[in-house]
Amino acid sequence: MRAIGIILAGSKKDGLGVLASHRNNAAMPIGGAYKVIDFTLTNMSESGIKSVAVISQYNTRSLSDHISSSKWWNFGRKNSGIFLFTPDMLNADSFSFKGTADAIYQNLHFLKKSTEPYVVVTPADHVLRIDYRDVIQYHIDQQADISVVYQEYHNADLSNYGVMELDENRRLLNFEEKPLEPQSNNISLGIYVFERKLLIALLEEIANDGRYSIVDDIIIRYRKRLKIYGYKFNGYWKTLKNIKALYETNMDFLNPQIKYEIFEEKSYVYTKAKDDPPVKYSRECSVRNSILNGGDIINGNVENSVLSRKVFVGEGAYIRNSVIMEGCTIGRDAIVENAILDKNVLVSSGQRVIGALDDIKVIGKDHIV
Amino acid sequence: MAKKEMIAMLLAGGQGSRLGALTQKIAKPAVMFGGKYRIIDFPLSNCVNSGIDTVGVLTQYEPLLLTTHIGIGIPWDLDLNLSQGGIRVLSPFMSDGNTGEWYSGTANAIYQNIRYIDSYNPDYVLILSGDHVYKMDYSEMLKYHKEKNAVASVAVIEVPYEEASQFGILNTDENLKIVEFEEKPKEPKSNLASMGIYIFSWKELRAALIEDKNVHQDSDFGKHILPYLLENGSPLFAYPFRSYWRDIGTIEAYWQANMGLSYIMPEFNLYDVHWSIYTNSDNLAPQYISPTANLAHALISKGCTIEGDVQNSIISPNVKVEQGCVIKDSIIMQGTTIKSGAHLYRCIVSENSVIGENVTIGEGDNIPNYHKPHVYNSGISIIGSETNVPSGVWIGKNCEVAGNTQHHHYEHNALQSGGSLIIEGGLK
Repeated sequence: MRAIGIILAGSKKDGLGVLASHRNNAAMPIGGAYKVIDFTLTNMSESGIKSVAVISQYNTRSLSDHISSSKWWNFGRKNSGIFLFTPDMLNADSFSFKGTADAIYQNLHFLKKSTEPYVVVTPADHVLRIDYRDVIQYHIDQQADISVVYQEYHNADLSNYGVMELDENRRLLNFEEKPLEPQSNNISLGIYVFERKLLIALLEEIANDGRYSIVDDIIIRYRKRLKIYGYKFNGYWKTLKNIKALYETNMDFLNPQIKYEIFEEKSYVYTKAKDDPPVKYSRECSVRNSILNGGDIINGNVENSVLSRKVFVGEGAYIRNSVIMEGCTIGRDAIVENAILDKNVLVSSGQRVIGALDDIKVIGKDHIV
Repeated sequence: MAKKEMIAMLLAGGQGSRLGALTQKIAKPAVMFGGKYRIIDFPLSNCVNSGIDTVGVLTQYEPLLLTTHIGIGIPWDLDLNLSQGGIRVLSPFMSDGNTGEWYSGTANAIYQNIRYIDSYNPDYVLILSGDHVYKMDYSEMLKYHKEKNAVASVAVIEVPYEEASQFGILNTDENLKIVEFEEKPKEPKSNLASMGIYIFSWKELRAALIEDKNVHQDSDFGKHILPYLLENGSPLFAYPFRSYWRDIGTIEAYWQANMGLSYIMPEFNLYDVHWSIYTNSDNLAPQYISPTANLAHALISKGCTIEGDVQNSIISPNVKVEQGCVIKDSIIMQGTTIKSGAHLYRCIVSENSVIGENVTIGEGDNIPNYHKPHVYNSGISIIGSETNVPSGVWIGKNCEVAGNTQHHHYEHNALQSGGSLIIEGGLK
């Protein structure tokens, strides 16, 4: 059941606004101490995957900084590693990746030189805890050519997802990207299992035709010729497609059940080690229902919020329903409510940053309020 | 092996018996401090921050947790290739012909590892103790050692004269050249106390160790080696250190030093980015403060879940404090669970223990411990590591409790002040 992993960290999503202006989505800070790719890297490591390619093309600086020492996820070994692939300017044609399939095709040597029989392909910007070995076992049991992980999604707008129509054996009948009239509630999580040799053959085949997308040019186009099966995932899953999703995911971590499922049940979530001291709480502080991180110094009031590392909260300040990223300073008597503060934001004494629950206020990196 | 200008030898084999049940299963250098740290993290981080990349750690007493913590030195970037140095755990060993012995003194321990030191062919050897909390740039001390052309430099700190008789005191001339050693003098002539931090020129130290081995079986730096060098006329100098330094000798000192970290402007600042203290920063779950929690003046580490009241206390990683608990003036170490309704006052709970529901610890009269009055006399009660305290039990002051204790071990569900209850084995 040995497999290699491919993490597609290339997409650019405008929904994240200023938060994505200086960092790749895969490096989006979340849950106080993590970048979102940590969940996928941890899943890979915990599933026994030893070799992982991270393919990316936008704003890779903070991503490469984060994953450059692969030992935190137990990858930096003789037979394992994380490899970051970015577009090469070998010729005009390969200047950038034209699609998900093209991104892998341009790094086909990674697939070719590996010996593991299976490949797990996944996006980087989602939060879930999954054991890919279960998906591979299912793939083997079904004798599938491709397995696609999906989730039943109810009472939600499906027009933003890939919707899968399955037969009673969960074989894929139809797949529609961002459908206007969805034919089922099964949405693809963008996680695929292939046999490595088949994936190489498919990528070479579609590249010859000038096709570049896994969904359009492999899953949809080949759905009849290949046996494509859906693997149902029932756990917590959320993708960071916009500010609202990022905010909600952070708030979900305050729910003890979700916190347990994501951070404790299977394993802890691994991330780059930081040598922060414990959180210091003053005599006058008040903290309720919040996540805090190393190096924080709390003199004020914090409620229903997620604070990243090295945040300073001054006396009399109020932080409510907010996500505060690394290194922010909230001055004396300042108020931050329904907001996301990117790294190193300074809210001066007595200032207010107030959004609404349906309109989260976002303050960009290094801003001074 | 590459030649090193200076390597460090860290003496980490001591028990620290005055810390009572805290060191029952744990060597003193591995005792937790300041929430997430272990005491040995301070000298090890000082080494790395001072540019020393070759460290031998001498272990002897209860080394399991200590060696596990050190591992291959990853937290301190001491996981180096063999020829580059790195960290080595040096335990006592047997030699050919069934010879060999325990480390019988500080200098004896170094004597037994002459081969290790020789392999790096160093000019200088830094001798450190694994049970002090401080930040110090040893490269500055080495500079001083060279400037003075010393054979040995001894770091000293000024202590109040009234406390000087508890320390090894150095009498110096106006150039800080050492003229006399006095171990715990009744009438101290100076207040320069040795911090147990030495830099030796290796050639001279090596000769002295071999010489003294024949005289003293339990060869000790303070008692034998330094006086020997002094008698020989070797130039020995005191290196004055004027910053925070604590010898965590007693339970009260341990408690005070921990609490000092939580002040708004602490004397010892962990939040200093230029001199980080490194430790095993495990990837744990986020720290979660629940809607029922109440915090005032506390240090709380990663992975904790706090549902009760925590006041004036230090909480290590992965501690659970359930609803209705009151934890006041206390130190709770890694992996311990405090069940609902427990009240803890001025107590220290060691690692991976469970305090049952509605337990009370630290009430009653301040009666010194009957068996170990010299250890437990400041009102602080200690719960050992991997210890179970069953629900509803009442425990007084200056008590020690260790092991998997059950209701039948307690008389009327209580352990009166000054009592000891040590049961073999523990939770696992």
